[in-house]
Amino acid sequence: MSQYILRRIAIAFPLILAVTTVVFVMLRVALPGDPAQIMAGDRASPEQIEIIRRKLGLDRPVIEQYLIFLRDFAQGDLGRSVKFREPVMGVIARAFPFTATLTFLSVTVGTSIGLVIGVITAVNQRTWIDNVGIVLTVFFFSIPTFWLGLMLILIFSVGLRVLPVQGTGSWRHFVLPVATLAVGQSALIARLTRSSMIEVLSADYVRTARAKGLARRQVLVGHALRNTLIPVITVVGLSVGGLLGGAVITESIFGLPGVGRLAIDAISNRDYPMIQGAVILVAASFVFVNLIVDIIYAFVDPRIRYA
Amino acid sequence: MPSAELAGERGRPDGLYQLALLKFVRNRVALFGLFCLLLMLLAILFAPQVTPYDPIGKNTPERNLAPSLLHPFGTDKLGRDIMSRVLFGGRVSLMVGFLSVGLAVVISTPLGLIAGFFGGVADNVIMRVMDLILAFPGLILAIFLVSLLGSNITIVIIAIAFFSLPTFSRLIRGITLSIREMEYVVAARGMGAGSLRIMFFHILPGVLGPMIVLTTLGVSGAIVAGASLSFLGLGVRPPTPEWGAMLADGRNYLRTQWWIAVFPGMTITLVVLILNIIGDALRDALDPNVRA
Repeated sequence: MSQYILRRIAIAFPLILAVTTVVFVMLRVALPGDPAQIMAGDRASPEQIEIIRRKLGLDRPVIEQYLIFLRDFAQGDLGRSVKFREPVMGVIARAFPFTATLTFLSVTVGTSIGLVIGVITAVNQRTWIDNVGIVLTVFFFSIPTFWLGLMLILIFSVGLRVLPVQGTGSWRHFVLPVATLAVGQSALIARLTRSSMIEVLSADYVRTARAKGLARRQVLVGHALRNTLIPVITVVGLSVGGLLGGAVITESIFGLPGVGRLAIDAISNRDYPMIQGAVILVAASFVFVNLIVDIIYAFVDPRIRYA
Repeated sequence: MPSAELAGERGRPDGLYQLALLKFVRNRVALFGLFCLLLMLLAILFAPQVTPYDPIGKNTPERNLAPSLLHPFGTDKLGRDIMSRVLFGGRVSLMVGFLSVGLAVVISTPLGLIAGFFGGVADNVIMRVMDLILAFPGLILAIFLVSLLGSNITIVIIAIAFFSLPTFSRLIRGITLSIREMEYVVAARGMGAGSLRIMFFHILPGVLGPMIVLTTLGVSGAIVAGASLSFLGLGVRPPTPEWGAMLADGRNYLRTQWWIAVFPGMTITLVVLILNIIGDALRDALDPNVRA
């Protein structure tokens, strides 16, 4: 068990190092044009550009820049944002709670609803309940986030006037963004749970459990559901990891100052230290969440531990 | 004699793909979806013949009209017919969807086959690179690339293809791994078939089924990804119509002209929904465990 976990950790750290290296190379080497020039703007004098270049350490050899960057990163220093004129870490730390709240709430709500729908449709396979469930989930699965967000605003903010359109400040501001993301999540989980449950229900141990006289409910919850959850955990992990960096659209529609919007703003402002920091942190949290999922997996599924 | 003719003589379907076709045809919903999709494709392809309106030029006297018989989807602030714009915009969105997935399939098929077939170092290198791509926030990086390299469709297509590589190559690798050990592959090797021959003539056909399913679902995902980029103001430039860009435009008029945002979004949802239904149907049809 501990060997398995150690092996997973041993894979995760080089991955994060590789991510940071790629981002570094992309921004320093592959970038068309001089970052100092771009940051300074078109009207800057050569002296001003030179000052920026020296401030960012761009006048040193690339290898040295890379080593300095790694040393700083290891100490939790991702440089200073050009636009905010303060450490990148601090700016991200202010944005992260919004993204984390949005991710946590939408994944929790979406997964719970999806599990219930998935189990109900699997248990009632090939009945009208199942058919309605299939139609609803494929529909919810297909609505693009950006349109769903706009339609929810149109219905609940413009039409019924019960919820705010944009911004932060109260729990009411989170209702529509969470709903926007939870709809897709619930459809994803419901589809997965249904197919996983159907497979599990035909397994020998479920038949054995029924045959030895256990109540239907006991078999469903105690035997079938537990094993159904195994693939669901992976997908929930991927959702959490993806949303931590990928709620860009939702954050931008609802004006939530999260990490995704921060990254987009940084890109349009050509704030390179900020872009670098946001991409690295988002990628690192994706790797980290998946590491946790792998570890949970080992606890839930003994086949993995001994493989 | 081709096996199809043989099957015809025997009067019953033979082989996975014929059986799959039979199962797919029996799926009424999917068949209807396919019909609608083809109809939409035709309308988009022949947009200049279908609609009498110019999707780009201004027509100020007819601006901000609510949906009517003359303008089923209404008109926007410049008096342009939304339905015409949706039809013309479909060309961009569908091109992004199909070309980016096509590119991803062409690159990831050999990668997945090699990783699964040879294992060892090749497998490790290819799959760790895929893990790396997967770890990046795809949408953010796509936005970054497009903003750096210029807003044009080619770059959008390449960016979307790049970030879908892991999904495809992982799937192909997984199936290759399981087929590699099957007896008919061992037999082919025993008869002296080389690695390339085994990979492309014995393993690839087995990979094809799941690939068709993933490709269908991939196209719907890529259409949404492309529309997301132009929704955020990247990709195509106005006044060229594109579904995501039209939605972004309509977003500012939700209170007064709801139709500007509603209809382009509805079209994307419909196309994605149909592609997903077809993908599901193909999955069921190609799964030998699901009865017709």
